[in-house]
Amino acid sequence: MRRYVVPLALVVLLAVVPKLAIDVPVLFADGLNTPGTLQLLALMLVFAGVAFTYDLLFGYTGLLSFGHALYFAVGVYLAAIAMTKWHWGFWPSVFLTAALGLVLPLLVGAVSLRVGGIAFAMVTLAFAQAGSVLAFKNPGRLTGGEDGFGVDYTKLPSGLVGILNTKNLYWLALAYAVGVFLVGRGAVNSSPGHVWQAIRENELRVQVLGLRTFDFKLMSFVLASFLATIGGIVYLTLISGASPSVTTPDFTLALLVMVVIGGAGARWGAMLGGVVYTYLDHRLGDVAGSHAVSTLPSVLRTPIQQPTFILGLVFILVVYFAPGGLARLSRIGRRPLALEEIEA
Amino acid sequence: MSTVILLAITGFGLGAMYFLVASGLSLIYGLMGVLNFAHGAFLTVGAYATWYAETKLGGLPVVPRFLVAALVGLVAGGVFAALVELVLIRPLYSRHIEQVLVTVGLALCVSALVTAIWGTDPRFVALPSWTQRTTGVLGASIPNDRWIEIAAAACVLAGLNLFLRRTRYGLIVRAGVENRAMVTALGIDVRRAFTLVFAVGGVAAALAGVLAALYFGTVDPQRGTSLLIYAFIVVVIGGLGSIRGTAVAALAVALVQQFANFYASAGIGDLSVVLLLALVLLARPGGLTAAAAA
Repeated sequence: MRRYVVPLALVVLLAVVPKLAIDVPVLFADGLNTPGTLQLLALMLVFAGVAFTYDLLFGYTGLLSFGHALYFAVGVYLAAIAMTKWHWGFWPSVFLTAALGLVLPLLVGAVSLRVGGIAFAMVTLAFAQAGSVLAFKNPGRLTGGEDGFGVDYTKLPSGLVGILNTKNLYWLALAYAVGVFLVGRGAVNSSPGHVWQAIRENELRVQVLGLRTFDFKLMSFVLASFLATIGGIVYLTLISGASPSVTTPDFTLALLVMVVIGGAGARWGAMLGGVVYTYLDHRLGDVAGSHAVSTLPSVLRTPIQQPTFILGLVFILVVYFAPGGLARLSRIGRRPLALEEIEA
Repeated sequence: MSTVILLAITGFGLGAMYFLVASGLSLIYGLMGVLNFAHGAFLTVGAYATWYAETKLGGLPVVPRFLVAALVGLVAGGVFAALVELVLIRPLYSRHIEQVLVTVGLALCVSALVTAIWGTDPRFVALPSWTQRTTGVLGASIPNDRWIEIAAAACVLAGLNLFLRRTRYGLIVRAGVENRAMVTALGIDVRRAFTLVFAVGGVAAALAGVLAALYFGTVDPQRGTSLLIYAFIVVVIGGLGSIRGTAVAALAVALVQQFANFYASAGIGDLSVVLLLALVLLARPGGLTAAAAA
């Protein structure tokens, strides 16, 4: 019973945030229910979900993909193009995007899973790079090139448009994060999910047991990619535009950093990592502009102004000194690790 | 006809840069099983060290200035790479995923730091005037810097082959690629070869950085990453750990890219490289050389 109380309480608490007119002085610039803060919170929730989809691949199946950005970008770009350039309605666009979010990873996964380990990482990277090239080259004026383009907001459901409706966007993001978590946990605890984790531990042994690991890896790849595509659609409604930065390898690396900082293959780890990363990425910029930093000597000031530098540094430190990420760190000294956690 | 020659020789020049980046990657992967994401950072360090040295050597005429600056860049790249191996990679010995993660973090940090210090805009490098002129070959006007790139890559290819085939350390590296555990069991400290391979890879990547500065006329913080992605493709097509396979694949990738970008449309070349990769993987999952060995 206690297993469910804490998560449920957390979700309820998160759900009522837009109704709370509280100031959180240091953490957020404005009150909790202001559109600016809600937007940031919603971004944190979306990336918590997307980081969890990446963790399904990396943390649970042991597949190091460098191309996860591609599927997220499909969600952002295809939905935006369908609504803005082809003048489709909202739901047809969503269904088309979701369909491609299933078919594309099926095709790409079938090719790239022919190789394993590091070669798989490079091949997924190459496919994602193809997507990125497409987004930057602006074929048929569809993708808007380097600048991207804004979505035609008249096609979005009216409840998701405008500053006043930021709370609805926030709830949408919360629903996405919770949905991804439930689906992901369900998948991980199902019997294919157990095979994924067995593949992560020792793929040869699973093969010797008579299972076709290719099928299971493909299943994990398609599920993770599909959920990321849905995340892309949610992100699009939140940002109301598509920009090519979400197609780049750096975006996938950001997901990897989130998962590792939070703790790969740990229950809450990836989501926590997504929340922390997104928060730092947005707030470090404000810190860098603050008075305390601007008085520092330039040797210290220059690196602090680049959130990526600090996040990269934190990432390296976590790899060395806290290999289980934040999720394991918080658990130290509370109770002995379960056997599965020691082996992971 | 002249267009074909121009495209082919430019393709060779581009292939030379891919080869320089990919050869180090391929050796490091073959010997240590580390996918070195920081290889683009070595290139960036080499390129920026060259640019920085050049701005500090204001008094010299442009040719010796460029040569000295390029030398500084190569040394910087090699030293940086060796330090990365000693300080960051070695403590994570035989934990491959963590090693990859550390190189990812390093790549992020280096490009962010370079951006923080010198900005995102490309910086112009003063080049010897000869490299800016063209030479006529069968009616095609070939920019002279292409010759330098091709010659440099050919020298590196020949040098690496000599090193791997004719020297004791080369023998250890080759044996380590085949079977690292056996080399260790025979009482040879294979870790020294790791540092060496990283340093050699770093110098080659820095050379690619200098040549990229020659090719584009500028240095910028993102070039390492963009060349690295094609170098990854080259390494997979060529077969991991094989220098000769890497050389062939680098040329194939660069030529496909050049011709398709020109005759189809810009961007198609980059896509057809990915298509090439998919085809090679479908036909021969281990890359070109793996199939040849089988």
